[in-house]
Amino acid sequence: MEFKREDDLFVSGHTACAGCGAAIIIRTVMRALGKDTIIVNATSCSEIFSSCYPTSAWKVPYIHVTFENAAAVATGIAKALEAKGNDHTTVVVIAGDGATYDIGFGIMSGVMERNENVLYICYDNEAYMNTGIQRSGATPYKAWTTTSQVGTVRQGKQEWKKNLTEIARAHNIPYIATSTAGHLIDLTKKVEKAKKIKGFRLINVLSPCVAGWKYPPNLTVKLAQLAVDTGLWKMYEVENGKETINMQPKFTPVEEYFKPQKRFKHLTKEDIEDIQNKVNDYWKNGKGEIYG
Amino acid sequence: MIIPHAKPGTASKNKTGSWRDQEPDINKNKCIKCGMCATHCPEGAIEITKDGAEVNYDYCKGCGICAEVCPVKAITMRKIKK
Repeated sequence: MEFKREDDLFVSGHTACAGCGAAIIIRTVMRALGKDTIIVNATSCSEIFSSCYPTSAWKVPYIHVTFENAAAVATGIAKALEAKGNDHTTVVVIAGDGATYDIGFGIMSGVMERNENVLYICYDNEAYMNTGIQRSGATPYKAWTTTSQVGTVRQGKQEWKKNLTEIARAHNIPYIATSTAGHLIDLTKKVEKAKKIKGFRLINVLSPCVAGWKYPPNLTVKLAQLAVDTGLWKMYEVENGKETINMQPKFTPVEEYFKPQKRFKHLTKEDIEDIQNKVNDYWKNGKGEIYG
Repeated sequence: MIIPHAKPGTASKNKTGSWRDQEPDINKNKCIKCGMCATHCPEGAIEITKDGAEVNYDYCKGCGICAEVCPVKAITMRKIKK
């Protein structure tokens, strides 16, 4: 197999942290999408590290918009393409979990309901990493962030992660999938499939973050794989209402996923047991809770 | 007034390789050219050529993901003395 750097549509020299999960995801997504793509990038880490003025890491048409309106701007572009009779260009939103789970959610919900012709890729690093690791709706239970501190009264975030994929599913859109930064063949296949479908498509991709999760940078890929193996992140796709689980968990103890991450270092044995029980319950009885 | 805009792909001017404190050392005899390192590199700094994996040290930030994902352990990370 030959692999050339010049084929990348997202070039080297972007200013992401060493070991950034989002950079792996964006490179993979761009290779799968090809040149006939327009990128709408919500405010996020990816916007900061890819379009540091006066440089740009993108080799395709690119627009940066605010947290709130990425889905709306993409809708406008898709409508304009439709008016021009262009039926081949893919309009893609790339946004973080802050713009997807929280701030841009209202507009995204409207766009999903109208089933606009947009491919939405959310890289979920489970907090507002760019602005200084504040908690978001995607932050998992008990995780430390700068706004969910560990003290004597409370330790980390007290709520479970918002299940965005299932909320999107309730909008009856044609294609929803999850993937991670550690399963790039799976991610490529899903992007290629989504590219061919008309209507609103959402791919929610788990993206380990060195700065916010606080682990050594070489573990990005391994942690993403552990999230699936432990059963915390569900790897599935829903095509026209039909659900397929792409990868069954190996039920690796959740502790192995938590151990390298300093955002979870305060977890007690009881906490880990509690989370493990909830995960087991989810996969056995469909109750309990998981992160994906 | 015309504000100059950033041209596509100009980020390659940023030589982010100066950030690293360790770097991959590839054993070409062991390399099976599978492409795992090149696909997983967040920087896109690795190329697979006829001779095996080739790192572009202008951009490598030294994260060590390539050494972690290599199935035949052909990559080791060496510390850089600064």
